[in-house]
Amino acid sequence: MADLKLRVNGVEMQVQAAEDEPLLWVLRNKLGLTGTKYGCGEGQCGACTVLLDGRATRSCLTPAAAAAGAKITTVEGLEQHGMLTPVQQAFLEEGAFQCGYCTSGMVLAATALLAEQAHPSDAQIVEAMNGNVCRCGTYPRILAAIRRATHTPVKKGADYDRG
Amino acid sequence: MTVDELRLEAELHEVRDRIRLFELDRREFLRLCGGGLLVCAAGAGALVAQESGRNFGGHQLPQEVSAWIHIDADGKVTVYTGKVEIGQNIRTSLAQSVAEELRTPFASITMVMGDTDLVPWDMGTFGSRSTPTMGPQLRTMAMTAREMLIETAAERWKVDPASLKAENGRVTNPATRASMGYGEITKGEKLTRAVAGDPPLTPASEWKIAGTAVPKVDGREFVTGKHAYPSDIVRPGMVFGKVLRPAGYNATLVSVDASAAEKIPGVQVVRDGDFVGVVADDVWTAEQALLKIDAKWQVPPQISNAELFAALKKGAGDDGASEIEAALAGADVKLARTYTVAYIAHAPLEPRAAVAEWADGKLTVWTGTQRPFGVKDDLAKAFRLGASQVRVIMPDMGSGYGGKHTGECAVEAARLAKAAGKPVKLVWTREEEFTWAYFRPAGVMEIRSGVQRDGTLVAWEHHNYNSGPSGVGTPYMVANPVTRYHEWRDAPLAQGSYRGLAATANHFARETHMDELAHEVAMDPLEFRLKNLDDARLQAVFTAAAERFGWGKMKSTAERGFGIAGGTEKGGYTAACVEVEIDAEKKVHIRRVVQAWESGAVVNPDGLRNQILGAMVQAIGGALFESIQFANGKVTNPRFAAYRVPRFADTPEIEVVLIDRKDLASAGAGETGIVAVAPAVGNAIFAATGSRLRQMPMGVGTVVSG
Ligand code: FES
Ligand code: FES
Repeated sequence: MADLKLRVNGVEMQVQAAEDEPLLWVLRNKLGLTGTKYGCGEGQCGACTVLLDGRATRSCLTPAAAAAGAKITTVEGLEQHGMLTPVQQAFLEEGAFQCGYCTSGMVLAATALLAEQAHPSDAQIVEAMNGNVCRCGTYPRILAAIRRATHTPVKKGADYDRG
Repeated sequence: MTVDELRLEAELHEVRDRIRLFELDRREFLRLCGGGLLVCAAGAGALVAQESGRNFGGHQLPQEVSAWIHIDADGKVTVYTGKVEIGQNIRTSLAQSVAEELRTPFASITMVMGDTDLVPWDMGTFGSRSTPTMGPQLRTMAMTAREMLIETAAERWKVDPASLKAENGRVTNPATRASMGYGEITKGEKLTRAVAGDPPLTPASEWKIAGTAVPKVDGREFVTGKHAYPSDIVRPGMVFGKVLRPAGYNATLVSVDASAAEKIPGVQVVRDGDFVGVVADDVWTAEQALLKIDAKWQVPPQISNAELFAALKKGAGDDGASEIEAALAGADVKLARTYTVAYIAHAPLEPRAAVAEWADGKLTVWTGTQRPFGVKDDLAKAFRLGASQVRVIMPDMGSGYGGKHTGECAVEAARLAKAAGKPVKLVWTREEEFTWAYFRPAGVMEIRSGVQRDGTLVAWEHHNYNSGPSGVGTPYMVANPVTRYHEWRDAPLAQGSYRGLAATANHFARETHMDELAHEVAMDPLEFRLKNLDDARLQAVFTAAAERFGWGKMKSTAERGFGIAGGTEKGGYTAACVEVEIDAEKKVHIRRVVQAWESGAVVNPDGLRNQILGAMVQAIGGALFESIQFANGKVTNPRFAAYRVPRFADTPEIEVVLIDRKDLASAGAGETGIVAVAPAVGNAIFAATGSRLRQMPMGVGTVVSG
């Protein structure tokens, strides 16, 4: 166990962690930030996605020690003064989840994508998001939410004309 | 679903002999509720009573109660039900139904769900039963509450109850303009009433809150990461557990050496017969300790999936005789075909998780399950506890799809917590979830049929080996069809419920076979189906899907194929049209799916669309690539890297066409939306290539000849 200083959601935090202990366990079990989820532990589902200096990162494969010195953003750090980010707001408006277990990872992956590319094409969205699994199958709505967050008009036809 | 089918589904996940008498202590309950108005249902219909509110085994309780509605002095409405929210949006849609009948704002309703100390006994959340049974029960109770509020107000004002109106959480007297909130009416008094009989409910055509796209309750909690799932629960002093898994199915423990693990500071090893687990202050240390345990297992020889289908047909017992010889003899065209489905995993994104806490002789477990009362029974049995000594709390979980009916994780956490003397959290790894949960049964389906040149179906025989009876019956007109399920009790893998049960397998077989017959008599597959259908609801979804898709407007080519399939099960009617593209390397891509859906009056169109959409996406996995591989008692692909689930790139353009039948009772919609996609995909592949795929999955990035 070593003392670590982590900067999470703008706050400096002290925590004890083993050398290889994944950032995911430190966030969830030692810092009480349970919004970041475990889905596979092997980089295959994206449920554990956090931002390290703005980049979408699998916290299950990242040793906490390797994240020291980076700006870590978890889903809890997105909302500011009760205001949701455009991505969060868009997920809410599109109803882009069912059980919601994938949502924090999806929101963070989308946030990182839009920070890099303000108006991604559908193909670019699919490519950037393909590592994130939604077992409930809400992909079309998540795509719609991401498009909504970029303010590009939603393609007509699909599932989105609410009845 | 009949009572027998419910029993069968219950047996599928082994609840038989496990359900005990629900010990209803109404005094305790009334004390908890304090003052206010309390309504519960009594004498509900036979089927309803078997599912909720009283013992499944047929014991009579003095008071049969399936749910409660309580209205407090502030007009806050609390609804208590044993159904649980697993992503299917039932928390929202049930609240809409209550708000509708109670004539109160949606926001005033709180649903208390799946907490065995607070809610009446319930068999579980499966079989698409929540909407058709719990929905009407709650509506009936809400209506009774509304009547009671009107009567109480009428007494106060000394007027005729018939002259009063209830709306927006208030009773008003249109003549005097007097008005009282529900809370004011109940204030200080304890009013209780049991519902009896079937009071008339508000017809769907007059719904104002039900039938609308109310957004998911607590949606904001999900996008901000605040919602606490079972795996997120934290208790004071909580530690973390891990369980040592056998080297294979049916293994026995030969020896175990845990001394190296025990030397790690803060680690406690727990041994109880073949159960070996560890507990530590953090999950990382517990994982390291588990790796240091040296265990030897004896794994008996077992069949692998290479031998599965032969073993399965043999095991399920088949005499091979056709029972429709006479009918077949008169047919112009006869066909006999075999179809298979593989074992697949539910793989809910949140694996099984439980936090167990013992305090003052009482065990409380927070866990993700579709059957909180079943898990409570499992716990009571495992630890020889009375019903009042166990409480199961089910926070809205990271889904299940029929895969979380059992309580093994809860029992394991409780065992570890007992040894640790502290609350213990246990979250299964993805590999454990893939290996030690149960699977959708694999199956073999054999269909024999006969058809006349003009497309009239004259003989039909459908046998299902092992995968189940759901959807085995045919909705098409044919005299004396034979449809039969052959059970195999010794199937090689643990098998249980899965979204739609065997309806997926049976629809795949039947709707593929219908396509084969249409081809044999050179008819359009839609026309052939409609010719043999007299079920107007099924006709309607076929027609609706075809119209929106533009069926028949485009002809299939070698590069592009169109397929159609449909069916009905559990009160849901669905049909899907699929477009596939065959690329230059002969790989199949699903490009577009239009699916029509009808399940009576729509309670929440947005939630319903989401369910159908999700079922369609999930269906793609089973259709194309999901398959559990196993050998020597071990799953050999227990990771997302090896077991492919549908992803963004696999998702076609999807369109859901909802038919809202306000004149019909609402049925459940969480399951049957999954049945039409796979056969429609296979039929589309055939249309393009002439290659007939009779197995699910059809193959990863299916390469076809032709
Ligand atoms: S938990 Fe990290 S990618 Fe799945
Ligand atoms: S909403 Fe359930 S996994 Fe995405």
